[in-house]
This record gives sequence, structure tokens and C-alpha cells, in this order.
Amino acid sequence: MLLCSILLLTGCGNSNLKWYVVSPATEQGRINLKFLLSGTKDTLLMSLLALGISIFVGLLIAIPGIARQKPLRATNVVYVELVRSIPLLPLILWVYYGLPEIAGVQLDYFWAGVFALALSDSAFEAEIFRAGIQSIPKGQSEAGRTVGLNYFQTMWYVVLPQAIRRILPALGNQFAYMVKMSALVSVIGLQELTRRANELIVTEYRALEIYTILIIEYLVIILIIGQGVRWLERKMGSDELNAGR
Amino acid sequence: MTTQQQPAVLMEDVHKWFGNFHVLKAINLDVAVGERVVICGPSGSGKSTVVRCINYLERHQQGRIVVDGVELTSNRKTAARIRSEVGMVFQQFNLFPHLSVLQNLTLGPIHSRGLSQAEAEERAMEYLDRVHIPEQADKRPAQLSGGQQQRVAIARSLCMEPKIMLFDEPTSALDPEMIAEVLDVMIELADEGMTMVVVTHEMGFARRAADKMVFMDEGQIVETGTPDQFFDAPETERCRQFLQQILHH
Ligand SMILES: Nc1ncnc2c1ncn2[C@@H]1O[C@H](COP(=O)(O)OP(=O)(O)O)[C@@H](O)[C@H]1O
Ligand SMILES: [Mg+2]
Repeated sequence: MLLCSILLLTGCGNSNLKWYVVSPATEQGRINLKFLLSGTKDTLLMSLLALGISIFVGLLIAIPGIARQKPLRATNVVYVELVRSIPLLPLILWVYYGLPEIAGVQLDYFWAGVFALALSDSAFEAEIFRAGIQSIPKGQSEAGRTVGLNYFQTMWYVVLPQAIRRILPALGNQFAYMVKMSALVSVIGLQELTRRANELIVTEYRALEIYTILIIEYLVIILIIGQGVRWLERKMGSDELNAGR
Repeated sequence: MTTQQQPAVLMEDVHKWFGNFHVLKAINLDVAVGERVVICGPSGSGKSTVVRCINYLERHQQGRIVVDGVELTSNRKTAARIRSEVGMVFQQFNLFPHLSVLQNLTLGPIHSRGLSQAEAEERAMEYLDRVHIPEQADKRPAQLSGGQQQRVAIARSLCMEPKIMLFDEPTSALDPEMIAEVLDVMIELADEGMTMVVVTHEMGFARRAADKMVFMDEGQIVETGTPDQFFDAPETERCRQFLQQILHH
């Protein structure tokens, strides 16, 4: 529905649009569409991997952020402030072109993208986790410790499961953001969605039509993510947290 | 039975500060094995802090606390050991809302006592029986009434088979009609010989179950005595006033 109305709007508003380049009705249109869609796998896979890594690293960085010891908290602050102030595009270029010079490591397009996205996002994930953990009442971890759990068991079995339910919407946001930001990895040549679109424009010269399709591709992916997160929220029963403490 | 047993809890000249605020001033308290001690006193007098120091949720800065023969020091292993020997029931229940009642009860025994899932569940059902709510095992805490939640919290502590049970105002957050069901469970526990330190203003419970009454005010223990002495002939004026206030409400 939404997609159709966007197509119609752009179509009606400007008669210069030539939709034949991506029309499923013509042979060439079908080939072009298929070409555009072939970037989906890399966009999704790269975003998913980067998300997984950044959640893991973010959690590792968040834990010292809530420690009683000042030096540990300082580590957290330095990491978060430093990493989140690096713009993503230079970071991608730096990882791809800089790492071989400095560390002798040449990552391919895909892994350079995963690495840069994950690194950049981990600072945000760390802050989300820290806020989530701190929102769980102190009585919960105290109760965990009075039944003999140590610090990490209390974190793992008592605090984190509750914190994650609370931060699910924020994690969903980060995932959507990550998918969109992954477009920047096209600059080093990874043939994800945006790169495919740019390549097709070079041969077809129909930038507006092709970019419109590109935007719709991202829109669909992110709508699906949104629904997935809502489903998870229901499944994990976030509402049951509000009573009973 | 040996006649010369070490006390379950011994506090000697314990001091504690929150920043500049001197919250505990020279606390001396001993609790014998099997003894029931009730602590009362005005709000802010340091009752919770005393109880929380006993299972090391708070650290004291001066003096000695010995629990079950082990002195509380900053050693992490000691703290963990003491906590698994000392059960604690909070005013706000602090049940784990994301777990079922049964899982609330098995978490400690499985991960800290090393019981298998089956053993832990068997034990959990046994203690749910003891607090008279075995039929609620599969519910979430939020689906229970306050009185039921507090009984689950008591069962959760008992599943660790602690040597000492601490209660910090266990009925203060409850609606009046649910207080009795929780106190009944506590009295049963007392009758079975559990060592208990209970912060409460429920004087009916105190008369029925306490061996020793402790009255605190402004971070100090002002008066100690048997329930009879304490209720019928309080020695200090502050204690007399306090008792008048709570008994007439
Ligand atoms: N974590 C804390 N930080 C600072 N002050 C505290 C803290 N916990 C308790 N207090 C203060 O210590 C005093 C005693 O508290 P508490 O032991 O809870 O008293 P009670 O249980 O008798 O009402 C109160 O004045 C309270 O405000
Ligand atoms: Mg209190």
C-alpha cells in the first residue's frame, strides 16, 4: 500500500520519470530489478553481523561503566566518547585503506564494512546497555546476591534479562540505523544495495527512478525489522515487568 | 547439643558512616543459634542498615561482625559464603519479575549450591508447600497478591537452606488483610527453631515469637530485653514513647 502510493506520487508528480528501467513488465526492467535486489544479501548480512558484534562489544564496554571503581568507569567513558565521535565514512575509509598500512591487515570490502560499522555502533550500544542496566532497581541485584549468586551470575540471570527487555526498542533503533548507515560501505566497493543502484545508474542514466527503488528497498527492510522487534517485545512480555517488585 | 556454641551473629562496636552521616554508632548485638531477635525503632534509626551489614550488602567501617563463625572482611569469597548462609527477606519482596515462581526459587540452589534442575525443583516445591502456595509455582510474580509474593520471597530464601534468616520490615508494604498470612509463615519458621533477625513493628508477632527485643534510635541500640520486660516495663523514655505511638495506631 505504502509503496504503491509512493510510486504513484512520484510518478504523477513528475511526468519525466521513466519507470520502464525498473518495470517488471519488460525484460530489461526485470534484469535491472534483479540486479538492484542482488545487493540485499550483503546489506543484510553485513548489518546483522555488525549488530551482533557491536552488541557483544557494547555489553563488554557497558559493564565497567557501572563499576564502583573509578578507573574502570574511566575506561568506559574514554571508549564511548572516543568511538562515538569518529564519523562513520572516514572510519570506513580508514579501516579499508589505513589498516593495511598501519597493522598490515587488509580486510576485504565486506569485513572492513562489518568492522567499521560494529566499532562505530558499539559505543552507542554500550550507552544503551548502561542505561538499561542502571534502570533495574538495586533490590534486584541485592536479591540475586542474597541467594548466593556472584556478581556475574547476578548480571547474567537477574539484571541483564530485565534490562534487555527494556532496551529492545532502542536496540531496534540501532539496527535500523545500522542498515541505513551500511550504505556508506559502498564507497569502498562492496556491492550492497546502494552500490548496485549507483552501478545501474551509470549504465541506465535514470538516477531518480533507481534511487527511488533504492529508498523503497531500505524502507521495506526497516519496516520488517520494526515488526520483528515488536514481535520480540510481545514475546518477551515486557509488560509483565511493571508489576511485582 | 553443645552448651558452648558460638553465636550465629556477633556485632562488636560496629560503626558505619554514609559520607559524613554517622548511621551506626557502636552497635553491640549478639544472636545465639536458634534465637529470634526483633529490632524496632523509628524510621531512619538504622535498623535496615544493621540487617544489611549482617549479610554484607553494606560494609561497616569500624568494629567486628562475625556471622556463623566467619568475620566479615572485604574478602569476596567470605562475602559470597556468608550470603549463601544468610537468607534475606526485603520489604519490597524483590522477586525476579522475568522468572516464574519456581524459577525464582531454583536460581540460587542451581547456580550457587550446584544442585541439578530436578533436585532444585523438588526442593522448591517442598518450600512452596511450607509457605502454603504450591499451586502458584508456574505463575509470574506479578500475577500474585502482595502476601503471596512475600511468601514466595521467604520460600526463595529458605531454598538456600540458610542458617540465619533476616527480615527487613517484611509486612510493611502489604495491605492489612495480607499481613497475617506472612506473619503466620514466619511464626511457623520460628517454631521450627530458625535463627531469625526481624525488623518489624508488628508487636503481636514480637510478643509471640521473639526471644529478644532490640530498640534502636538515631543509630544506636537504646534498649534490649525480653519481650515481657520490653513491653511491660520499658526502661527508657524514648522507648516508652515509641511503644505508645505504635500500639495506639
Ligand atoms: N545508601 C545510603 N546512603 C546515604 N544514606 C543512607 C543510605 N541508606 C540509608 N541512609 C540513611 O541512613 C539512615 C538509616 O537508614 P535505615 O537503616 O534505612 O533506617 P531504618 O531502616 O531504621 O528506617 C537514614 O537516615 C537513611 O536516610
Ligand atoms: Mg528500613
